[in-house]
Amino acid sequence: MQEQELFAKMSHTILKGEIEEAGELARKAVEMKIDPIVAVNNGYTKGLDEVGRLFRTGEYFLPDLVAAGEAMKHALDVFDPFLKSRKTEKKLMGTVVLGTVEGDFHDIGKGIVGSMLVAAGFEVIDLGVNVSAQKFLNAVKELKPDILGMSALLTTTMPNQKKVIELLEEAQERQNVKVMVGGAAVTNKWAMEISADAYGEDAMAAVTVSEQFAATSVKNQANLTPTINRIRM
Amino acid sequence: MNLKRNIRSIQPKLKMDVLSPDDIAKIHEAALEIMEDVGVRFPSEKALNILEQAGAQIDRSRMIAKIPSTVVMDAIDKAPAHYTLAGRDMSNDLALDGKHCYLSTDGCGIEVYDLETGIKRSSSKKDIEDSALITDYQDCIAFYWGPMVSAQDVPAEVRPLHELEAAFTHTTKHIQPETIITEPIAKYAIEMGAAIVGGIQELRRHPIFSVMQCSTDPLGQDKGSLEASLVSAEAGVPTGFMPMPMSCATAPATLAGNLVITTVDSLSPLVLIQIAHPGAPVFFAAAPTAMDLRTGGYTGGGPEDHLMAIAFNQICAFYNIPLSMGAYATGAKEPDWQAAVDNSFAGLMPVLSHTALLTGVGLLYGSQILSYQQMIMDCEIYDIIKKLAEGIEVNEETLAVDVIKRVGVGGNFLAEKHTRKHMHNIWQPVVFDRTPYDAWEAGGKKGAYSKATAKAKWILANHKPTPLESALQKELKRIIRAAEKELIR
Ligand code: B12
Repeated sequence: MQEQELFAKMSHTILKGEIEEAGELARKAVEMKIDPIVAVNNGYTKGLDEVGRLFRTGEYFLPDLVAAGEAMKHALDVFDPFLKSRKTEKKLMGTVVLGTVEGDFHDIGKGIVGSMLVAAGFEVIDLGVNVSAQKFLNAVKELKPDILGMSALLTTTMPNQKKVIELLEEAQERQNVKVMVGGAAVTNKWAMEISADAYGEDAMAAVTVSEQFAATSVKNQANLTPTINRIRM
Repeated sequence: MNLKRNIRSIQPKLKMDVLSPDDIAKIHEAALEIMEDVGVRFPSEKALNILEQAGAQIDRSRMIAKIPSTVVMDAIDKAPAHYTLAGRDMSNDLALDGKHCYLSTDGCGIEVYDLETGIKRSSSKKDIEDSALITDYQDCIAFYWGPMVSAQDVPAEVRPLHELEAAFTHTTKHIQPETIITEPIAKYAIEMGAAIVGGIQELRRHPIFSVMQCSTDPLGQDKGSLEASLVSAEAGVPTGFMPMPMSCATAPATLAGNLVITTVDSLSPLVLIQIAHPGAPVFFAAAPTAMDLRTGGYTGGGPEDHLMAIAFNQICAFYNIPLSMGAYATGAKEPDWQAAVDNSFAGLMPVLSHTALLTGVGLLYGSQILSYQQMIMDCEIYDIIKKLAEGIEVNEETLAVDVIKRVGVGGNFLAEKHTRKHMHNIWQPVVFDRTPYDAWEAGGKKGAYSKATAKAKWILANHKPTPLESALQKELKRIIRAAEKELIR
């Protein structure tokens, strides 16, 4: 297969949300010794841009977007070891640790936020639902994410977002991570009250906020490798 | 002054089906297949032990129970088809007899359009008192569900008990909280209920509250909810589980597939309850919907909801267990055209398929914002639905052939005795605006919203529900204090 043909196929798998196929083509690229960054930029990202355009014009729906994000993730997983070994770790926009706070099992919104962030080029580590403050802290310590995102849909579980922030402060980890909060019950006012760095009303806002963090992040500025283009809504 | 009126339930005559008996059988079989092959997550050791004893196959590490269809059917057969939801005042008892349909409030909102300022603000315990008081007055609203909003001004650990107190003291109607979601809270709630009716045995005979839980779709339940319902069922307090599968997100995109999830998630916890406490009063509940395809949001309205409301009613009738159908609950942000369209259909469809309970009126934005005006206007929608569903009576008296003969060609019926005898059956609006144009303009162009505002204010100023004896009020406070001691760390 020609390189150009492979790139076109990569783009197509994203466009059609063909998750398995996206991974297979990535393995093919590795076999053909194609630079992963080039494959991502000339292949998959083209598909993502098109998905973004189709979503904007109303032809694509959220499930199309989520499937595209999943396909992208699959491809990136294949490239991951190669990118790491080349010490281009900060290839992505940044890393986001995401979870729904303790006592709360709502995960639809968090899942959408996660997929959109993946589609926007972030690496997302989803801790799931009912995540204790300690577990959030451990994740921040171990994974050293750029951003921590917490979802809460219940007025009774919102205070747990505050708990996490307090625990981060106690452990002197607060300055190492940007905290964004969201979920139906959460408001901008609440986010300010608990000294979160940002509030996101919906998944688009979560992406915008994260991009702003990425743009101002020192870690990212030091990174010269091209960042992956993002879906623009 | 106490302006108490009798509850206006609906005895629907009109009947609408969307599923054939064959369709129902297929959904039932699919649900059984899923419960047996895939299983349902019951993240409670207690629940898993009960299910295991009955013959379910348990995966302890994933906390999933695969329940054979024979176990499901044996258990479900034990559930009573009919029972009563009691009111603190016995004239407010609701007979779930398969013939009546009762309306409640919507519940668990987090914000309120303030009645005085119109500004959106956080909800508090006072809003529960006010909305319970309006419930007590409105004859359309048969019971208080939720509570309508969360009491965010009291500690989260004991919030459900404060909410229950606010409801018990401001209405004598039945109360169905959706917030009794841990075993300790359930025990205190039962203690409160028992105190009011005069003991735990009396509560069993006269359950003045019942407990609604949420299922964790797809194919899952919540630990606290399961354990709270088990202790409630043991005390004879009716319980039910409400799945809200969203097509495309927590359920398949197809409505039949969504109904399979709805059935499994609503039925499987009832199986557990019947195994543990055979014959305990239980109910189905459901609010299936479709995801908004652009935002992923909970739509709270739309034709899919209405179709599934009828369909799931038919499925519950097949199991012969009462259903509480999630109705009204518009996605609109204000009491506007969208809210009226949503709530008219969402109210009508479950009634046409003879649901027992309808939850409920007064919240906007997918059950998040309380509007007292919407509460009043939703009651009016219900009133129209009642008239519709009760159909047309045809007999000698209603055919009125004698009267027609007497009035004859070109006459009118205004002065007829027959007219005065039957005119009260003609629907009369409370907030609909039917004033002539000029009068409407001169009066400042006031429509339904203004009338609803005035009505809500009037009720709050004038209606005084039968108070709870002061000794009992003290007892409720004592129980809450004990709970605070135990539960607030
Ligand atoms: C679906 C649903 C459920 C499902 C959840 C299924 C699942 N797998 O997630 C089930 C049935 C399990 C459920 C259970 C309960 N629920 Co519920 N649920 C809802 C409902 C209807 C929709 C939520 C949803 O998924 N929306 C769609 C998504 C896309 O929106 P979203 O979550 O808000 O997310 C968006 C934004 O908020 C934002 N966002 C979300 N997270 C994050 C994170 C970050 C970092 C950022 C930046 C942004 C962000 O982006 C998302 C995408 O745009 C809401 C009502 C509503 N209209 O919101 C009630 C609601 C949240 N639930 C409520 C209640 C009371 C409960 C229960 C307590 C009921 C019970 N008695 O069991 C339980 C609690 C279980 C628990 N411990 O968590 C109440 C809360 C009231 C309150 N006072 O807090 C609500 C408001 C409904 C109501 N009025 O009753 N629920």
